[in-house]
Amino acid sequence: MRRYSILALARNALGYHEGWERAWRAPEPKPEYDAIIVGGGGHGLATAYYLAKEHGITNVAVLEKGWLGGGNTGRNTTIVRSNYLWDESAALYEHSLKIWEGLSQELNYNVMFSQRGVMNLAHNLHDLRELKRRAHANRLNGIDCDFLSREQVGEYCPLINLSPDIRHPVLGATLQRRGGVARHDAVAWGFARAADARGVDIIQNCEVTGILREGGRVTGVETSRGTIRAKKIGLVTAGHSSVLAGMAGIRLPVESHPLQALVSEPVKPILDTVVMSNTVHAYVSQSDKGEMVIGAGIDPYVSYSQRGGFNVVQDTLHAIVEMFPMFSRLRMLRQWGGIVDTCPDASPILSKTPIEGLYINCGWGTGGFKATPGSGHVFAHTIARDEPHPLNAPFSLERFTTGRLVDEHGAAAVAH
Amino acid sequence: MSQSHRLPAGGRIDRSRSLSFTFDGTRYSGHPGDTLASALIANGVHLVGRSFKYHRPRGILTAGSEEPNALIQLGLGNRTEPNIRATQIELYDGLTAASQNRFPSLEFDLGAVNDTLSPLIPAGFYYKTFMWPQRGWMTYERAIRRMAGLGRAPDGPDPDRYEYRHAHCDVLVAGGGAAGLAAALAAGRAGARVIIADEQAEMGGWLLSEGDTEISAKPAVDWVEKAVTELAGMENVTLLRRTTAFGYYDHNWLGLAERVTDHLGPYAADHLPRQRLWQVRAKQVVLATGAIERPLVFGQNDRPGIMLAASLRSYISRYGARPGKALVVFTNNDSGYRTALAAHHAGIGVAAIIDSRAEASGPLPQSARAAGLRIYEGHAIIATTGRLRVDSVRLGRLAASGDRIEGAGFGIPCDLVAMSGGWNPNVSLFSQSRGKLDFRAEDGVFVPGQSFQPLRSAGACNGVLSTADCLAEGFAAGAEAAREAGFANRKPAALKVTEPDCPAAAPFWLAPPEKPLARAKCFVDFQNDVTAADLKLAVREGFQSVEHVKRYTTTGMGTDQGRTSNVNALAIVSATLGMEMPAVGTTTFRPPYTPTSFGAIAGRNIGALFDPVRRTPIHEWHAAHGAKFENVGQWVRAWYYPKPGEDMHAAVNREVKAARTGVGILDASTLGKIMVKGPDAAEFLNRVYTNSWLKLGIGKARYGLMLGEDGMVRDDGVTVRLGEDRFLMSTTTGNAATVMTSLEDYLQTEWPELKVYLTSVTEQYATITINGPKSRELLAALTDDIDTGNEAFPHMSLREGTVAGVPARVIRISFTGELSFEINVRASQGKAVWEALIEAGAPFDITPYGTEAMHVLRAEKGFIIVGQETDGSMTPDDLGMGWAVSKVKPDFVGKRSLTRSDTVREGRKQLVGLLTEDPKEVLEEGAHVVQVALQQPPMAMLGHVTSSYYSPNLERSIALAVLKGGRALIGKTLSVPMPDKVIKVTVTEPVFFDPKGERANG
Ligand SMILES: Cc1cc2nc3c(=O)[nH]c(=O)nc-3n(C[C@H](O)[C@H](O)[C@H](O)COP(=O)(O)OP(=O)(O)OC[C@H]3O[C@@H](n4cnc5c(N)ncnc54)[C@H](O)[C@@H]3O)c2cc1C
Repeated sequence: MRRYSILALARNALGYHEGWERAWRAPEPKPEYDAIIVGGGGHGLATAYYLAKEHGITNVAVLEKGWLGGGNTGRNTTIVRSNYLWDESAALYEHSLKIWEGLSQELNYNVMFSQRGVMNLAHNLHDLRELKRRAHANRLNGIDCDFLSREQVGEYCPLINLSPDIRHPVLGATLQRRGGVARHDAVAWGFARAADARGVDIIQNCEVTGILREGGRVTGVETSRGTIRAKKIGLVTAGHSSVLAGMAGIRLPVESHPLQALVSEPVKPILDTVVMSNTVHAYVSQSDKGEMVIGAGIDPYVSYSQRGGFNVVQDTLHAIVEMFPMFSRLRMLRQWGGIVDTCPDASPILSKTPIEGLYINCGWGTGGFKATPGSGHVFAHTIARDEPHPLNAPFSLERFTTGRLVDEHGAAAVAH
Repeated sequence: MSQSHRLPAGGRIDRSRSLSFTFDGTRYSGHPGDTLASALIANGVHLVGRSFKYHRPRGILTAGSEEPNALIQLGLGNRTEPNIRATQIELYDGLTAASQNRFPSLEFDLGAVNDTLSPLIPAGFYYKTFMWPQRGWMTYERAIRRMAGLGRAPDGPDPDRYEYRHAHCDVLVAGGGAAGLAAALAAGRAGARVIIADEQAEMGGWLLSEGDTEISAKPAVDWVEKAVTELAGMENVTLLRRTTAFGYYDHNWLGLAERVTDHLGPYAADHLPRQRLWQVRAKQVVLATGAIERPLVFGQNDRPGIMLAASLRSYISRYGARPGKALVVFTNNDSGYRTALAAHHAGIGVAAIIDSRAEASGPLPQSARAAGLRIYEGHAIIATTGRLRVDSVRLGRLAASGDRIEGAGFGIPCDLVAMSGGWNPNVSLFSQSRGKLDFRAEDGVFVPGQSFQPLRSAGACNGVLSTADCLAEGFAAGAEAAREAGFANRKPAALKVTEPDCPAAAPFWLAPPEKPLARAKCFVDFQNDVTAADLKLAVREGFQSVEHVKRYTTTGMGTDQGRTSNVNALAIVSATLGMEMPAVGTTTFRPPYTPTSFGAIAGRNIGALFDPVRRTPIHEWHAAHGAKFENVGQWVRAWYYPKPGEDMHAAVNREVKAARTGVGILDASTLGKIMVKGPDAAEFLNRVYTNSWLKLGIGKARYGLMLGEDGMVRDDGVTVRLGEDRFLMSTTTGNAATVMTSLEDYLQTEWPELKVYLTSVTEQYATITINGPKSRELLAALTDDIDTGNEAFPHMSLREGTVAGVPARVIRISFTGELSFEINVRASQGKAVWEALIEAGAPFDITPYGTEAMHVLRAEKGFIIVGQETDGSMTPDDLGMGWAVSKVKPDFVGKRSLTRSDTVREGRKQLVGLLTEDPKEVLEEGAHVVQVALQQPPMAMLGHVTSSYYSPNLERSIALAVLKGGRALIGKTLSVPMPDKVIKVTVTEPVFFDPKGERANG
């Protein structure tokens, strides 16, 4: 892999940029690999990269049915944070956040990880109690998380409507300063390039249509480009995780829902942090290009159609205009949806399966982008060693049988 | 203020009136009927903006909503709007506009240094650099953000108003050009309810710009006028001008954005909203969204003064403007000649017509030749010059292969270039509807193929070129749509059209530039500064799917969504890959069609109407008596009632004491109430609650816990049996709707065999709790038909009678551990009964108490609050409430999960009490408890403080917490590490007051 740098740019400028090599090869699939990763999103590509880098398993193929990053990786709103409530989640997401902090250098690809802070607003006493609980837990887990008073919220982000007379006035917020946003496509492309450089075959337009088994263990996959054999197979297909698991006869406790997002037209910088509110129900950040990147919750019905209802967009913008009345004259430029796989406890599955050699990484729901590097890292460990890394041990499939859930929903309820 | 570049006559502008406006501080004038773009052109202004990346000077490319360049900051202050296309801004008197993305001025922009640096910063350069040092990105990013971003956001809150309209129709016609008007006429005449929407101020589309077209032997605009008049006269037709069909969603649901007053500027009447969002469900849709002219890709094709050929025609014939004196036309089809002739007739000098085709022999080229215009067949523009405006083009002879120039190039001076690369059907809405596109190779366009919703495309958006065909298709589509919607009709007669014949274009995707491609600046996407070289670079680096090319180069990602660039980009990528265009793909068009303001999408649902406010029937009394309120979900509840001079602490202490010593009164109307009726009601409750309900006597009350299927506590409340088949269930305030829907869900999907009917009655009743040793006396004073004696009216029972003269259900239950009655009356009588109780309670010094005091009172008793002591991870046993779970019932929701290995394991979190060493110290709710506090995190946490108050009855602080293995820790001392100190606590039983529970039975 030829390294990228400002010097390389200058050198190539002289040659009219005709000397750049492919970021990753486009090989024909081999008949057999040591490991196959199904799904060329960020998680799949990161898994392949760490299999090669940390475990020396380089005879690996990533099979993607469309184009790399075309699933949720390329559709998400890129919020990265690690201020999760439970120890198990906090540890996993913090592991990821630490990798994010050096990821551009690690991959020699600028993923534009911008640690501009992620703020979660509290609008009532219940919110305050919940956010304080989270902030204290984060602090004792060694994860940065400040609690801001209403005044401090105003100093940190002057655009927010802080009037005490609005329907759901802002009472305070948590702030994780190390949180932020990143460039989603670059994450897929950077991992792809780095994995390819270590020998991983990245194969696009290759849809897996069946999972081959013999006597309780996997032997390969059927694909739109023929049969490919491997003794280890990792399924990393986000919105379609239950479809893939179904091919191996496994029923997942997962529901697939549309999740929508939208951007405004680009404007000069005015919002320097990420603002999220569960009660008013929307979140927003400003991309480097200047667009307001906006999202909210899932559409309530299940679907694979990568689009949702307009009413959800309306609700999201009610909330945005309510929180930021000066955004009312900005204009929605693009709107889209992705399909997210949600678990009953809002935590992911990173696990072995009842079938030997078959591993699954899914259930990240609305929030898996932030976990991309960490998830790939521990999932590669799980595949290579055939046992979970301590960080993903709590996120096994068995937890839905034993009841040891990691319920990040918190109580949806408000108090008496 | 003379309009130096206005033609002496012609155009659809009102020359009798002048409008004054400013652009970048300079005052100009125009006429009603002008757009900002046409008025600027009429004043000789072509330079209107700077491009996104290289800050290159840019002019006006088009005359419509596809404009990528002329993005304007419109208006001032809180009303300013960024990125508005000058081609869509209708002129009004006093309009203020400014250019964007330049500093210090449009003519001299420091950002243009990027243009000089452009060899260094090709597509995707930022992925390859800015990586050193590790934290450096934050600094680079700041600089990059400042360079990016186009216009400015408004300064403050939007002063304007927006409205929604919901509508149904038989036929929705999107687009009011030839095909759209014809479709609306056909459907309207058939009697169908029609809505026709067009984004422009006038209906008519391109017909308004074609001076050489006649319909039924009259100018085309006459037909437009007739059609519009006829439509306006039909009651079943709604004509929407300035209305963009922006989104095509499932089941023929479309969003239309109407700009109601934008064109009026300051003259809009106050009662009108600024914009209106139409939400239309149409039985049938006719898409008649026209076509968009394709630019040609050649060296430095982006200078001000270079525009699309048909748009130039529009400026000349629709707006009566003269965009230049010396025109060069560059075309691959005959319509370029049509523009040249229109310019020639308007007195604009035509320096040359450059045609990429080896031979041009159609009627239009012949007319041009006859008019003496200079034609260069088989030539292409290879470069242009001019700093802030084009001042010459260089051209050369194309080799037969078309990808090379033979011989030396030569220059032609000019101040205006019109280019035409053919027409792309405007298939955005069709593609949004999920329709599949077909590729038509002869002229390289995508046309609508299979559709999956009840729609049909007609006219230019369907790939049809002539006006006659557009009209015919329009009439047919409208008639068919009406027929499908149930309105029989006859086939309309064809109209006679005379217009110059313009056959399809011969695709010509990239003119070989004079300089090496990487330096030639052959722009494909004008707004995002994406060149042909960028596209080839992307392909070279392996970004070969259309989506990858888009994302890597940003082509088509601008505010115009690549309306003028997508097909050119696809063609160049395909050619580079040596593949057919359809094999490479097409890009998806995402809603909205053009940018749509947040305000319109949000409508009225902001401010006071953002979220409904729910107030209890007694709310006004609380407000009049100085209550402070808190929001609980949508409800607004009295929090505490400070007396003059009291702070919250003092008020709450007083309220808490009164409720244990005299009588307190609480408005509990917000509690969820569900009437559960039907022969199987008891069985139903037996399944959804953990305890048993079959034998509950009529007139008896019982506390119940509801679990999720995972065995975790989800809600609680007291339910009373009103009759054999009638129960009144209460839920927590915040969960009422959730409980109601999940109960319905069970009834409808799991146990459809149960005969049970649920009705939410939360708002039908006011609930007043009187509480304390004097509450019985108070109740007795206001009822004469309920025996309030301890034996006659025992704890956990219900009596129906009258209180304060009105029918009431009185339930003897207690959430405080005191003697307590809950009086339920009709909501309309709530306030009167409350006032009667206050009056009758005066001798006992009756004290209203709010939610805060209620919380303290129940915490003194160790009663849980769902959502505070529980968080979806607590079982009944964790809460010490195993007593509420039946051991004998065969099943209930969550039962199976209660025996899972994790639910029965040691070391689960359990509810306990905490007492601080210092009785005055009140723990912070949410603080965490550890065995031993370390100097530094991380520290292993045992659990957290769920509730914490100062208890005036105990004269010390108390807290509830959930701790791992909590019950085994009772008596132990633990630590609560706070940022600034460590607080020592002792673990206790969670009940602090009256542990035997005698008072409630007294
Ligand atoms: C609108 C939206 C906003 C979001 N915002 C955030 C956010 O702000 N922060 C955050 O942390 N997370 C966010 N998320 C969630 C996040 O995007 C996902 O959790 C994460 O990207 C999942 O990554 P992945 O690599 O597992 O999945 P994906 O990127 O979806 O990759 C899965 C891949 O599998 C492929 N595939 C599927 N079936 C097959 C098959 N049969 N054969 C071969 N390949 C197949 C798909 O084509 C796809 O490319 C958001 C998601 C959406 C939709």
